[in-house]
Amino acid sequence: MPFHNLQELRHSASLATKVFIQRDYSDGTICKFLTKFPAELDSRIERSLFEETVKTLNCYYAEAEKIGSQSYLEGCLACATAYIIFLCMETRYEKILKKISMYIQEQNEKIYAPRGLLLTDPIERGMRVIEISIFEDSGSTSSSSTGSSPSSATAQ
Amino acid sequence: MLDGRRAPRRMKNREYQQIDPQALATPPPRPPPEHMPKRARRKWEVFPGKNRFCCDGRIIVARQSGVLPLTLALIVLTSGLFFIFDCPFLVEHLTGCIPAIGGVLFVFVIISLLQTSFTDPGILPRATPEEAADIEKQIDNPTGLSSSYRPPPRTKEVVINQQVVKLKYCFTCKIFRPPRTSHCSLCDNCVERFDHHCPWVGNCVGKRNYRFFYTFIVSLSFLTAFIFGCATTHLALRSQGGNGLVVALQASPASALELVVCFFSVWSIVGLSGFHTYLVAANLTTNEDIKGSWSGKSGNEDVGNPYSYNSIIKNCCSVLCGPMPPSLIDRRGFVPSDDSVQTRPVEIELPAAKNDINMEKDCLDFALSCAG
Repeated sequence: MPFHNLQELRHSASLATKVFIQRDYSDGTICKFLTKFPAELDSRIERSLFEETVKTLNCYYAEAEKIGSQSYLEGCLACATAYIIFLCMETRYEKILKKISMYIQEQNEKIYAPRGLLLTDPIERGMRVIEISIFEDSGSTSSSSTGSSPSSATAQ
Repeated sequence: MLDGRRAPRRMKNREYQQIDPQALATPPPRPPPEHMPKRARRKWEVFPGKNRFCCDGRIIVARQSGVLPLTLALIVLTSGLFFIFDCPFLVEHLTGCIPAIGGVLFVFVIISLLQTSFTDPGILPRATPEEAADIEKQIDNPTGLSSSYRPPPRTKEVVINQQVVKLKYCFTCKIFRPPRTSHCSLCDNCVERFDHHCPWVGNCVGKRNYRFFYTFIVSLSFLTAFIFGCATTHLALRSQGGNGLVVALQASPASALELVVCFFSVWSIVGLSGFHTYLVAANLTTNEDIKGSWSGKSGNEDVGNPYSYNSIIKNCCSVLCGPMPPSLIDRRGFVPSDDSVQTRPVEIELPAAKNDINMEKDCLDFALSCAG
């Protein structure tokens, strides 16, 4: 598929559908996403790439929510200062969220946009889902059974 | 101005309606550019829950914050009387540490109270229309696209730690609630790890502000007990040396008032602290404890709670010292005027009628493909 970068994707493609990767609650309330490969992506991306992305994201979230010495230190320090420190300092979780955001951007640029897909950062959807938007090239007829608008004349 | 306005009604139906696939296929017809809002609005202004926002979205409170001023007034008044009337006498007769200790406790109480009240408790944002439609697709609905029909209650089961947990579908937020999440009807939000809605604090107590709430009630217990003790000591010292208690009371009526307030509050607050200490040690929420979610089934001890680490210390640490999760509702972010991942903005000029006809046809195809 001929999308070379994210800009092109946004301006010349039409949204066909969105796929939602749901949360995996089998380990409790920690943030983790299902690695089950959705059928709609079958023709668009290799299964291994998709699973790699989701597993890496799960690792990032696990690291953010890990209860270890660093989080204890942060928690006790915060308690001792009556939690005022949360107003001044960026928490470890927020730092990792920034890393996740950059990772998703990088994945989009390198892997997903060239295949006509776009990942949305889960934090923008309340950490409930990973939203993957599937785009169709506006010039071609849509191969999937979705309602992209075929009457677009020129893309630019 | 500062009050958050409610979301446009398109997101919240009075009665349940099947999600319209038209919302998924193509966006609604876009207004001409001159009707676009002149300034970008922040997300708190279109927040659909019943919360109110101050300081341009930095502070969040529930709509009914009626008792919070009373709580603050009681604490400030009693502490004020303590510092003004009891402290000078006690510093003179006992030690100068007393106002210092009282001061530290007072600061802790006020700060943790304000943080409990003004922090987002862990509100889950509502589902976007596409998400809601996707969930609808996954649930069998043999009656099709009928409106004004409430489908049967929906649940999903997951296995957590060898325990079956039922996840319920929230009709207001249009999501399957994560485990331990509950919908607060006062605030009209789903809140993660929902404990309870505290009227004294004027906010829900949930995942993000539970530690502030716990600090508040524990430090308030200490403060109340401390003031009670100091006032008693003050009156006791005054009534020594030949004076009676009545003379002492006449000399320092404020102490009597403090005694009364503290006497009635200390029982409930210390009791509440004890109860919440138990909850923290068992990694339970008030909601779960009241409903008896994990107990009373077969009389076994805590074997039912799948979230417990089965170690008091680990439970306490995870609840009170765990990492601070971020706020999911992004109050101060801007409402996107055109969503960057949706179909392209107004650059593409299409005759409106032709667009509608194609849209209808596409939607019909889509609806048939959903049903088929």
